[in-house]
Amino acid sequence: MTQFTVACAYLLALLALGLVSNRSFRRTTQDFFLASRSIGPTLLFLSVFGTSMTAFSIVGSTGEAYRSGIGVYGLMASWSGLVHSAVFFFVGVRLWSIGKRHGYTTQVQFFRQRFDSDALAFVLFPVLAGLVVPYLLIGLLGAGSVMQALTAGAFPDAFASTGGGVPPWLTGLCVTGVVLTYVFAGGLRAAAWANALQAGVFIATGILAFVVISAKLGGPETATQAVLAAHPEKLVRGEALGKLHFASYGFIPLSIGMFPHIYQHWLTARSAAAFRPMIVLHPVCMLLVWLPCVLVGVWATAALLPDGSLVVPPGSPANSELATMVQGLTGPVLGGILGAGILAAIMSSLDSQLLAIGSMFTHDVASRLAPEGALSDRLKLRLGRLFVAAVACAAYLCSLAEPRSVFALGVWCFSGYAALFPVAVAALYWRRATALGAIAATVTTVLTGGWFFHASGYGSDPSPLFLGMLPAAAMVAASTAALVVVSLLTRPPSERTLERYFPA
Amino acid sequence: MPLRLLLAGLVTLGVLHQDFWLWQDDRLLAGFLPSGLAYHAAYSLATAAFWLAAVRHAWPAHLEAEAETEGSSGGRDR
Repeated sequence: MTQFTVACAYLLALLALGLVSNRSFRRTTQDFFLASRSIGPTLLFLSVFGTSMTAFSIVGSTGEAYRSGIGVYGLMASWSGLVHSAVFFFVGVRLWSIGKRHGYTTQVQFFRQRFDSDALAFVLFPVLAGLVVPYLLIGLLGAGSVMQALTAGAFPDAFASTGGGVPPWLTGLCVTGVVLTYVFAGGLRAAAWANALQAGVFIATGILAFVVISAKLGGPETATQAVLAAHPEKLVRGEALGKLHFASYGFIPLSIGMFPHIYQHWLTARSAAAFRPMIVLHPVCMLLVWLPCVLVGVWATAALLPDGSLVVPPGSPANSELATMVQGLTGPVLGGILGAGILAAIMSSLDSQLLAIGSMFTHDVASRLAPEGALSDRLKLRLGRLFVAAVACAAYLCSLAEPRSVFALGVWCFSGYAALFPVAVAALYWRRATALGAIAATVTTVLTGGWFFHASGYGSDPSPLFLGMLPAAAMVAASTAALVVVSLLTRPPSERTLERYFPA
Repeated sequence: MPLRLLLAGLVTLGVLHQDFWLWQDDRLLAGFLPSGLAYHAAYSLATAAFWLAAVRHAWPAHLEAEAETEGSSGGRDR
């Protein structure tokens, strides 16, 4: 019950933050979706980091370490530290420069104008928005699992079917409601403030959770020795993880170069200098979040309660390992605070994702399809909010279906974005890239991703491989090939377009 | 730092990510940190140091100047 109260208090604090930022809101689409391009280095760094650390990083990493051991850190965290910063450096800064020069608001707007093609925009938008739904789903599934495990036994009469824990459908409803409220109240400025606050909360609570859990297990040495005795295979990578399989995870972090919400944050930056802390500190922050989560996940395989039973019994619900460790090894108040930290990580991504697709819908679909002058700024704002609410509802309804592993679902979602990344690189660096080439790459991503996802039983196979590598490797190769071949076979972009994006 | 050096550093870090020599190494660092995990934690710090050098010595300053020039009228949407 205490955990539930603390988590509710945190959600209320976020609502208050949304209402406070509403005072600064200028009630224009430019302010709602881009915070009037006023985000400085500290806020940009914290909000991008808060946004990119999802349930995947907190709940998924712990769960995957519990299942397969320490290898998960090398699969995702150390690769991401290198690749994410490379994308910020080579793609983010250049895109910010072009965006500021031409007054761009959205990702699709950039691609439409760079390739001078409305058709590309209409093909790209549904793919980007469609991939956001599973991304939102990761957050809702993670939040539901965490709250159910943290509040287990608190409401035995009201929620008997979930062992007295708050059921995932109720958590999903509350989280969606809170995020929509503060996003509607203050737009991107509210989301950036909330993300910065939440990044601080989840880093601090994550470190606190690690310290408290390791102390309860008799110290880190005792906790690891217990794993060495019971499950030594969790402390090495072993034969199950192939070298090519391990290397192919390097394709997954490319996805950050096509996330709509990351583009949105890049475009909000006040100056190029705002990117510097983000580029340098991102690998360190990945370390601070992932290392404790991976260690706690591995320790969970052998952690015992005072009565000698396992803290996380075999067959525990997917995605619940971290919350079960927190619930089993800490007191109710601390458990509530740590639970709020986990919720913070999850919600800090939902808000930006929703805003980014709302922004693209307003600027790149509604405004393009409506007759010139038919939509006032206020009406555009209303349409954007309606679309955001519709997508949030769709993700919420999907979260009520059979739960999947957050880690596996995340890898699928990121594979789709990663396969679109060659389009971003070509748009910024390859003068010969054409609209039809970009459309071919987008269609190829949909076809190859759809085929692989179907072949994996729609995500039920936790580790599908193709030629010993993740499907993402083949998807990126196929979309790159489609982009290059079709671009070379079609008419080059006009000189006027090239002058605009490749100044001498 | 010239671009070529930056790219060479990136490729080197990409290769160093493949620590196949630690695959089955079950030694513990400081009594609790498996060697494979300790390597990748140190790798994350080395990556941050690399990017610090990159933003100091290979920063694309020309992009800041380009951003301040006026975009073409075709750049803005209605």
